[in-house]
Amino acid sequence: MEAALASRRPAAVPASSETAILTLTVAGQLCGVPVLGVRDILGSQAITPIPLAPPEVAGGLNLRGRIVTAVDLRRRLGLPPREPGAGAPMSVVVEGGGELYALLADSVGDVLALPESSLAPNPPTLDPLWRDVCAGVHQDLPGGSGEGSPSLLIMLDVERILDIG
Amino acid sequence: MDDLIADFLTETGEGLAGLDAALLRLEKHPDDPQTIGEIFRLIHTIKGTCGFLGLSRLEKVAHAGENVLGRYRDGSLPVTSEGVSLILRVVDRVREIMGGLEATGAEPAGDDSAIIAELDAVFAGKALAAEAAPEPAAPVAAEGGKARRSRAKPAAAKLPETMAEPLAQAQPVTKATKTTAAKASPARPRRNAAPKVVEAPPAEAVARPEPTPAPAAVATAAAPDAAAAPAGEAVAVAQTLRVNVDVLESLMTLVSELVLTRNQLLQLSRAREDSALTGPLQRLSHITSELQEGVMKTRMQPIGNAWKGLPRLVRDLARELGKKIELDMRGAETELDRQVLEMIRDPLTHMVRNSGDHGLEGPAERREAGKPEAGRITLDAYHEGGHIIIEVGDDGRGLPVEKIRAKALAQGLATEQELAGMGERDIQRFIFRAGFSTAAAVTSVSGRGVGMDVVRTNVEKIGGTIDLRSREGKGTTFLIKIPLTLAIVSALIVEAGGERFAIPQIGVVELVRAGDGVTHIKDAPVLRLRDRLLPLVSLSRLLRLEDKPDAEHGGFVVVTQVGQNLFGIIVDRVFDTEEIVVKPVAPILRHVTMFSGNTILGDGSVIMILDPNGIARATGVGAEGVQEDRRGAAVTSTSSTEKMSLLLFRAGSGGPRAVPLGLVARLEDLPAERIEMSHGQPVVQYRGALMPLVPISDGWVPPEPGGRQAVLVFNDGGRAMGLAVDEILDVVEETLKIESGQERSGYLGTAVIAGRATEVIDCAWWLRQAGEDWFGPQRPADARRTRLLVVEDSAFFRNMLVPALGAAGFEVVAAASGTQALKLREAGECFDAIVSDIEMPELDGLGLARAARDGGPWHDTPLIALTSHTDDAAVRRSRDAGFDRHVPKFDRDALLDVLRGCLTPNALH
Repeated sequence: MEAALASRRPAAVPASSETAILTLTVAGQLCGVPVLGVRDILGSQAITPIPLAPPEVAGGLNLRGRIVTAVDLRRRLGLPPREPGAGAPMSVVVEGGGELYALLADSVGDVLALPESSLAPNPPTLDPLWRDVCAGVHQDLPGGSGEGSPSLLIMLDVERILDIG
Repeated sequence: MDDLIADFLTETGEGLAGLDAALLRLEKHPDDPQTIGEIFRLIHTIKGTCGFLGLSRLEKVAHAGENVLGRYRDGSLPVTSEGVSLILRVVDRVREIMGGLEATGAEPAGDDSAIIAELDAVFAGKALAAEAAPEPAAPVAAEGGKARRSRAKPAAAKLPETMAEPLAQAQPVTKATKTTAAKASPARPRRNAAPKVVEAPPAEAVARPEPTPAPAAVATAAAPDAAAAPAGEAVAVAQTLRVNVDVLESLMTLVSELVLTRNQLLQLSRAREDSALTGPLQRLSHITSELQEGVMKTRMQPIGNAWKGLPRLVRDLARELGKKIELDMRGAETELDRQVLEMIRDPLTHMVRNSGDHGLEGPAERREAGKPEAGRITLDAYHEGGHIIIEVGDDGRGLPVEKIRAKALAQGLATEQELAGMGERDIQRFIFRAGFSTAAAVTSVSGRGVGMDVVRTNVEKIGGTIDLRSREGKGTTFLIKIPLTLAIVSALIVEAGGERFAIPQIGVVELVRAGDGVTHIKDAPVLRLRDRLLPLVSLSRLLRLEDKPDAEHGGFVVVTQVGQNLFGIIVDRVFDTEEIVVKPVAPILRHVTMFSGNTILGDGSVIMILDPNGIARATGVGAEGVQEDRRGAAVTSTSSTEKMSLLLFRAGSGGPRAVPLGLVARLEDLPAERIEMSHGQPVVQYRGALMPLVPISDGWVPPEPGGRQAVLVFNDGGRAMGLAVDEILDVVEETLKIESGQERSGYLGTAVIAGRATEVIDCAWWLRQAGEDWFGPQRPADARRTRLLVVEDSAFFRNMLVPALGAAGFEVVAAASGTQALKLREAGECFDAIVSDIEMPELDGLGLARAARDGGPWHDTPLIALTSHTDDAAVRRSRDAGFDRHVPKFDRDALLDVLRGCLTPNALH
């Protein structure tokens, strides 16, 4: 997976005003995180549930000998749980406060280079929970990427996402 | 060269490097207490270290310097430029002596009386200005930098003369010594005098007068040096590199991970039987093991490092007690993990103190017993199977079995029958119980009943055990067994609710198959284990996992000890034990106190490590316990903010009643036939003795023949008392908050428990109804407990003081420094009294007192100083700072007296 990511990178080398964004899908919603903050992308993993942990915490997983705490983005964003038949979630490993965390997304898509100018602030009508963890909305997506055609990409603020409890 | 001296040189050298800058800073800002404190502490440390290294010259100079700095620090002497110069000269003198020490391995001879006399003069308050700076106008340094700089200049101008003179002197001396002490002496002028001369013009004027002392020292040093010279080949400082501990820690983590990965690979390769893999894997395995060993070694330090202070301590102790004591230290080179070393240091010191104080007899007594006059304390450290054993022994009077037996009985730690069945050693082990002290007389050194139990707790905290062997008249030896390292612990892997967890072996006492021994008091499971009612905690229920229906009977009980409390954890399955590498949990999970960390098992899966302390706190089983019952009523308030197990029962009319479960020894359901009447009081024959029954309701009638009587049995020493109740209802875990302290004897008040108003009984009162005063003098049942703030930087003494005050009925909050204490003030905390140490880093006790008296909510709170200095000047200083009372450090009884005095209304004003 890492190799695949690396091969995509050259295509997405950003111009000075562009940000490279890793796209991921959470319950059909296209989201993005800055690719520079991503340390790893993992396929299905054995995740040990942690009793009494906040509900957003899916558990702990073993990343080459390091214990990484997994945060379920669906639960973090207040979305319905994954359907039982759906495939295992992907883990996007990011760093927060010197620790590694895995963000569980339904799928991981392309790396896009998006101009910063296309980043619009959060609409004030956005759900307060989302407003808290979103860093803005990208609207001018290159055609064909994402799920629906006129899709919007929600930028996730990793630091806020990890600010649980 | 002696390792100790090498270490001392490295450390002091580093400290001195920063000192010049600090002194210059001080000169610019003469009233910066932090800088003064910093300088004072460094000189103080040098003085202390020299004391036991036997470096008398250094010690004397540092001591004189410290005196002056002490006066600067407490503000009784203004900081002047001249004063700073003088201190700089002290620093140079220290450097010079250290230079000699480094070159020859011994302190160079020399005469420091001139500089000491100067320092003493300043200390005594004589103006230095007259001698060092001849200007007539020497205003006190209130104006700040400018005035001083202008004064400094003439001093600089004067400098060439003073310089010229020493140089002139130094020259012939150098020549003289060249002939006699060719090797040693050239080093000294080069090190000290020469560079200074070169630097003189550009450097600040203050630094200049320093050459003056140097020639004096050299001059007088010349003759003795002749003798010392042959031994004086320059001794190279050991080839060491200082590495940040963090680097070592992260190396350790990496290696631990490597070991885990290697284990996984080995498992995989075993399953495949691929011979091409086997070879390289073997090598990898081998190298990994060696790497692990190597990295572990970098964290290892000789235990002698923790013993450094002991010779001095023993010497002082011997003087204070009028005894002769020899200290014999063996195995000082035995190495153990630095983290463990740090944690064992204080308990060891305490034990040596104990041995000297109550282990050894005085000279006269020893003569009578036919022993040599000098007592001997032996420290011995050695490895034994992955552990380190430290023995602390003395050839003193040994532990008096009969006295301990009597005291254990009197304190209610055991019944007579229990004692009768115990061996000598078991009885001697009572000294590890909380509140137990055998010393008949309380001395200033030890013997306040907060001794060995604290040592034991500290040793157990790092996964160690402590035991003793003692023969009366022959001596006592304590054996401490501690693990080599804390990074890797042995843990029991268990399963509950379909998940696996690790329980550190440290706390596990035994494993019991749950079987039929598990009974319920309403919903609360308990286990009858050898006459003891063991509270049980279901792990799956605690962690809100799926409960297996038959878990309580088909599963296992992990009997766990936290402090003095025993409880059982019900688990579904038990696997084996595994060595695990403890990793901290992610910050977002820190609030889950049930886990102390997590780890990766050999099969690569992540599992959580349970923290027995956290479980005990969360469930209330540890809030009070079997050993605590003699404290009676105090318990109800001690744990008032924590959850505790409460036994609910019904007696007479009205709502339910409650009693802390920890106070109840047993629950009995007695047949009516066993209840007899004696002098109008119901009694039962119970375990070979008569137990009085006290009915809790007024209109109690003995049950009908064939009926049964529910009884709560309270136990204290050899005596038992039964409280006759109508029905036992439930055991609940609640925060006990007594709402109304109504004046009804036998009840502490009413609390809301399980949603109902419940009367909480006053056990002490009911026990007195059985005719005996079980708990000694009673404290008045305060509606509100007195709140104390204890400020003390030493964790060890804090741990001794807080429980002692807690046991005396105070609610105690502890802070580790004055700064921390002031944070509490900012947070709006109020206290009835503040007990503070004087010597502390950051903000010391005096600073705290001043800040408290400065206004704000603490300005009239009684302040009590804990001090080891009782001379008038020290007392006056702290009184000026705002302390009301002084108590010798760690004299618990005096402290309690003073506290009671302070807290009586208007006692202070």
